[in-house]
Amino acid sequence: MKSISVMLVDDEKEFVDTLAERLELRGIGVRVANDGETALPMIDDDPPDLVLLDMMMPGIGGLETLRRIRDRNPEVAVILLTGRGSEQEGEEGIQQGAADYMMKPIEIDQLMEKLEKYSG
Amino acid sequence: MMTRAKSWLYTTIRHFLSIHKISDASSRYIILRRNITLIMLFVTIVPLTVMGAINHFQYQESLKNEVIEPLRVLLNKTRHSFHLFLEERLSMIRFISSAYTFEQLSDPATLNRLYRVLKNEFEGFVDIGLINGKGLQIGYAGPYSLENKDYSQQAWFQEVLIRDSFISEVFMGYGKVPHIAIAVQRVEHDGTYWMLRATIDTNKFDEIISTMEIDAKSDAFIVNREGLFQTHSRYYGDVLGKSPFEILQGAYETTIDETVDPLGREVIVAYASFEKPNFSLVVVKPKDIILRTWITLQGEMFFIFFASVFVIIMIVIKLSDVMVMNIKEAEERRENAIHELEQNQKLSAIGRLAAGVAHEINNPLAIINEKAGLMKDLVTYSPDFEKKQRFLDLLTSIINSVGRCKTITHRLLGFARHKEPRLEPLDINHLVQEVVGFVNKEMVYRNIDLRTEFAEDLPRVLADQGQVQQVFLNILSNALSAVHDNGRVSITSWEEDKRNVGVSIQDNGSGMTEKTIQRIFDPFFTTKKAGGTGLGLFITYGIVKKLGGDIKVHSRENEGSTFTIYLPKVNGETDKEKAE
Repeated sequence: MKSISVMLVDDEKEFVDTLAERLELRGIGVRVANDGETALPMIDDDPPDLVLLDMMMPGIGGLETLRRIRDRNPEVAVILLTGRGSEQEGEEGIQQGAADYMMKPIEIDQLMEKLEKYSG
Repeated sequence: MMTRAKSWLYTTIRHFLSIHKISDASSRYIILRRNITLIMLFVTIVPLTVMGAINHFQYQESLKNEVIEPLRVLLNKTRHSFHLFLEERLSMIRFISSAYTFEQLSDPATLNRLYRVLKNEFEGFVDIGLINGKGLQIGYAGPYSLENKDYSQQAWFQEVLIRDSFISEVFMGYGKVPHIAIAVQRVEHDGTYWMLRATIDTNKFDEIISTMEIDAKSDAFIVNREGLFQTHSRYYGDVLGKSPFEILQGAYETTIDETVDPLGREVIVAYASFEKPNFSLVVVKPKDIILRTWITLQGEMFFIFFASVFVIIMIVIKLSDVMVMNIKEAEERRENAIHELEQNQKLSAIGRLAAGVAHEINNPLAIINEKAGLMKDLVTYSPDFEKKQRFLDLLTSIINSVGRCKTITHRLLGFARHKEPRLEPLDINHLVQEVVGFVNKEMVYRNIDLRTEFAEDLPRVLADQGQVQQVFLNILSNALSAVHDNGRVSITSWEEDKRNVGVSIQDNGSGMTEKTIQRIFDPFFTTKKAGGTGLGLFITYGIVKKLGGDIKVHSRENEGSTFTIYLPKVNGETDKEKAE
């Protein structure tokens, strides 16, 4: 089975680094970026199977980053992370082209299921 | 002194009418009702009574005048008749004394002829006599033999000498028949004088009185100056008897007295005096006859008065009842509105605060979650070591606790978001059945008896599907927590009124105390020992209110609880429209 590659984009380093380590433990290739501007060229260089994108970030923010990813790399699936427990926000993201959304704090098993689902 | 009494009265009335702040609500309404009743009774019954009293006295006065005036006319007319009667006879005698000389009259044939003419032409003449200056009756024509009777010592003889003419009072003549005598004096040129005297019986008096047409209970008679009857009295004695009434002499104007007669009747005595002779014509009428109409009328008026007072009292009592009830309802509505407003403000303030706190907590919570997760991963993937299982358990516990925190923050955030509900027509029966499906497993497992009674053709409600599901899920979950295994939960739906549909969820579980019921909709209030966020009913309440519905709780400790939810129907939707 081909290994899944994931791009984590979140400004909360403590969170994103730990999550990255956990995913790596599960055999997933992970790269990390702390804002949208950094993430976009990395995605252009080597498109991952899936991007896990936080909605609340400094700079261009989650939704704008999502739009640009959709423009440039429509084949990359994006799962949004929201910290405000808002389904409405998530639904909005799906309308903008996100594959799915999850509310923080996330459960690793759920995340794994979604990764399997959308990376195929 | 007056001012002091007045101010005391004023203070007392004010004190009586005022509603004291300390008095509780129910006695406040009792006092209010009492005051309204009293004031309304006062402003209606007092004028009515005053008007009734004025009417009573004025009518009495005018009726009296109306009764008395005819009496006055009658008296005058009758007196006039008497006057004419006596004057006529006196004139006749005077005419004879002028037309005939003493010598002519001395002739018994002439006197007898005159007597016959008088008797035929004028009623009442009994006899006629010629009396010389010495008082000796020298000629007489009549039924008795009274020639040579000497009148010189009699009082009337002296009076005729002085006044030229005389009308006597009534006396019992020969044969015990009441008579009066009239006499005139004739003075000759030579200074000698003589008199002509006639006796008239008083039958005619009775006739004149009978023309007055006095009713059977009344009486009319003539008295002389000593108060002796000159005519027969129906009730008070015979001719020459003493009249029981005090009659003022010389009262030529009609005089009216009110007194009690010897028979004990209240009577009105009306009388008028004659000039010559000194008689008074008296009419006695019992008051009850005079005032009979008045008494009847008064009776009717009193009946009308008391009937109106009764009706007024009834209406006033009913009216003040209704008024106070309306005031009470209005005040209660106002209080409820204020309470609701407070509740809503509390909701939004708490909502904003909670959202802020929840958002701030959510990020560190995510970090804790990941760190603990990573630790668990590391422990899981490392080879066995001492207390490995213990570590795993501890980490699982931390992750579970984070999960609980997450539930709270998500709920708070969800509540505070002011998401506008997406209103759509919902079949509430169907929706409730869906919710029941979520918990069906638990009910089967715990052998809980679920009874549903859904109204058929229930109008649809206008609400947000997700929110209403949340509401019913919250309440149903609470009911399941409250019932013991093998317990019972009943769900009923019905059409409450023109605007609302009602759904009740009833359990026979542990129930709640009064104190608990008062707080169940407060945030963070929970009776669940573990796992309760205290937000379920708080959010439920917020949702139902926002949807324009209402929620009511009825509960008794150890007997169970009933939650009733009212939701607004689709605008004016009836069964019929739904069917179309």
